[in-house]
Formats: sequence, structure tokens, C-alpha cells
Amino acid sequence: MADEVAASDAIAVRRTLGGDRDAYRVLVERHSQTVYRLAYRMMGNRHDAEDVVQESFLRAYQKLKQFAGDANFGTWVYRIAANYAIDRLRQRNTDEARREGPSKSGEDSPGLDPLSQVRDLSPSPERLAGSAQLAEQMKAALAALSPAERTAIVMRHWDGCGIEEIAAVLKSNSNATKNTVFRAVQKLRRAMAPFVERNEARAMGTEG
Amino acid sequence: MKHRTEEELIGYRFGEVNERMEIAAHLEECAECREELARIETVFGALDAMPVPDPGEEYGRRVWQRIAPRLGRRRARWWESQFAPQRLLALGGVVALLILAFVAGRWTKPRIPVRDEADAAKVRERVLVVAVGEHLGRTEMVLMELENAPAGKGQKPINISLTQRRAEDLVEENRLYRQTALNEGDQAMASTLDELERVLLDIANSPEELTPAAFETIRKRIEAQGLLFKVRVVKQGLDERKSNPDAKPAENKSRGTERNKV
Repeated sequence: MADEVAASDAIAVRRTLGGDRDAYRVLVERHSQTVYRLAYRMMGNRHDAEDVVQESFLRAYQKLKQFAGDANFGTWVYRIAANYAIDRLRQRNTDEARREGPSKSGEDSPGLDPLSQVRDLSPSPERLAGSAQLAEQMKAALAALSPAERTAIVMRHWDGCGIEEIAAVLKSNSNATKNTVFRAVQKLRRAMAPFVERNEARAMGTEG
Repeated sequence: MKHRTEEELIGYRFGEVNERMEIAAHLEECAECREELARIETVFGALDAMPVPDPGEEYGRRVWQRIAPRLGRRRARWWESQFAPQRLLALGGVVALLILAFVAGRWTKPRIPVRDEADAAKVRERVLVVAVGEHLGRTEMVLMELENAPAGKGQKPINISLTQRRAEDLVEENRLYRQTALNEGDQAMASTLDELERVLLDIANSPEELTPAAFETIRKRIEAQGLLFKVRVVKQGLDERKSNPDAKPAENKSRGTERNKV
């Protein structure tokens, strides 16, 4: 089935390159949902996610000549979306840093501890009782990751991408990318610790 | 016993460590590392619980509507775009329509100049009604061929190349009629033609040989959207307009209701 989709995509790409603009519609309609899921997980809100989806398909259209016919269009546009989303995240961080003054620097800077933001946001264990709070806490923890870490965990965990594929988006090498994935999980783990420990204590009956 | 590091356990979870067998053996024996791995796993559980709002089934269509005006024309190799068979066919159709409209306009009311314009508009509409009716008839045939095609046996591929060629020709025609329907303010017809266009494009852009499963997907889509039914409803409306030219175009309530039912 995946082969057939890829073959059908290749035909649509050829037709688009031949000047049939509407053939591109098939590609947009077929891959929008996948790109949207990636974009939402990267950006954390619907509005930005939809922007990323539209911009990604526009960029893919403009670069279609560079698309190697033997590659998979779905994978290709997914990568364009990941690249664009990481740029948007970096831009967002820069804008926030500028607004908050010179003390806050860019991503991956040694002086910055993104987890501190999560800890500040952490509600007391009593307030973290249900899955909605869990999701909120995780959302804050994801937002506190650097753009590279967020991209790495989204692509690795949710979309099952290989390290090489993630490394291509991060413009990094395999070892550094593995480290980025590890750092992302570690930071999420620390941020979620109060909630997890509370649940474990409750499960073991030692709370109190 | 030397415990495994957090990094090793996360790598193990993702299947990325070289010492996979050794770590698996260690986990068999070491309850503490198993617990540590379970704690790491809770992070992934929490990630999986994060919802992604469903943008809706029509999301792809909405994306297309937003970006289509911004795409601009791709510079095709000119001979491909200008002399593509379907374009020539459609162009021929439009030229024939214009000539017919012109001749019919001259023929019907040559001696009452003040009414010429209104009459010509009527004639144009009648020609459109006839032409779109024929187009829908041809489209109906293609859809029926697909719906009634025998199911494939096992994994034997199904060749749809003939239907595909017809779908390619119809796409171009369909686009012109949709645009005309929009210009004439016939939203109902434009909307059905839009739905048809998407399915025709799907057929035209499919590989010539489909597995039974892929073929079934296209067939189910035609069924799920009730396209054959919609085509017949619009066709029936056009037939009524042919026999009663003063009838309003298809924005009536009953048609809207029929469409919603499908």
C-alpha cells in the first residue's frame, strides 16, 4: 500500500512539474494530516501548526524540481516541515529572549536551564491529580526544551524516525543527535518527576 | 553489580545501543535497573497521552484552498502544457461551445436588438446545461465502471489504464465547467464538480496497475462520498432545466438536503 501511495505521488509530482498545478492538490490532500501532526507536536498550538503546514507545502512546491523522483514525497515534505518548524521555534525563542531582556540567551547555551522554567510552573502534587494536569505539565516541559531537543523527541518518539534522518534536520551528526535525544528524554523525565513520584507513592500506598 | 546508566537505558529503549544483548541480560537479573527503565517509560507514556486536536477530514482540502492562490504558475515545458491531449480536447470543446452559442444566438432572435443580450445569455446557459449534462454522463460512466468492476483475486493487480485515460480527459473538462458554473453563480453545481474533480484527479494520478486493496480504497471513496448519487441528482436537475429553461439553477433546498444526506 505504501509503495502504491509513493508511486501515485511520483506521478502527481511529474504532472505538477509538467505544469499541471492541480496535480499538486492530490499531494497536499494526501499528506496534510501527517504534516499537521508533526507541526502541532513541534509548535504546541494549532495556529502555528497550521502555518507550518501551509508554508511547508508552499516550499515543497517551489522546490519540487530539487525533489529526487526516487525519494518518497511524504518523507520529503515531512522533512521540509520539520526544518521549517525548527526555524520557527528558534525564531520564537529569539523573540522571547529579546522581549525578556539580555539575560536570556539562545538555545543550548550552557547558562540556561530550561528545566528551571518547568519547575517554576510545577503545581503542587495535589494539583497534579489527573491526566489533564499531566498533559499540561508535559506541554510545559516540551515547551522548555530547546528547538533541537524538541525536534529530536518529536521525530524519534512519535514518528519513529531514525537517528540519521533526525541528524539531517538538525544539521548534526549521529552521535550528537543521539545525545540530543537523550538530553530531551532526561529533561522531560526531570520535569515530570514530581507527578510520577506522587503517582508511584500513591500506587504503593506510602503517600501521606 | 554495576548498574546501567540512564543514557544506556534510554538508548536501549530506542533500540540504539550496541550492547543490546548485554543490557537485556542485565535487566533480567537486576530489579533496580528494571524499575529505572519503568520510570523512564512513564515519560513516553505521558508523551503518548498528549492529544493532537483532530483538524477534521476536510483538512487537506482546506490547506489546498489556502495555498492554491499563492502557488503561481509553474513554468512547464511549453509544448507539454499547451499541447497536452486533454488540454487540446478541452480547448476544442470550449471553442465548439462558443461557436454554438454564437450561432444559436444569431439564429434565435435576429430582429429584436434590445433583447439580444438577454437572449444570448439564455442561449449560453442552455448550451452550458447541455454540455455539462453530457460531461456528467461521461463521468457517471467512469464512476460506474469503477464501482462495478469485478473484485480482484488475491494480490493480482488490477489495470485501470483505460479508465485513467478517460479520467484525465474529464479532469480538464471538469475544471472548465466548474469555473463556468462559478461564474454563473451556480454554487451547487460548482461544488459537485469540485468533488468530482478530486476523485477524477485521484484516478488520473494513480498507478496504472493497482492492488485489489488500493482499488478498493478508490471505490470506497466514491461510495462514501455518494458521488454517483450526486452526479445523478445534478444531471436530473439539468434535464429539468433543459425542458424548462426558466427554472432557477440548482440552489434549491431539496438538493441541499439530498446532498447532506449522502
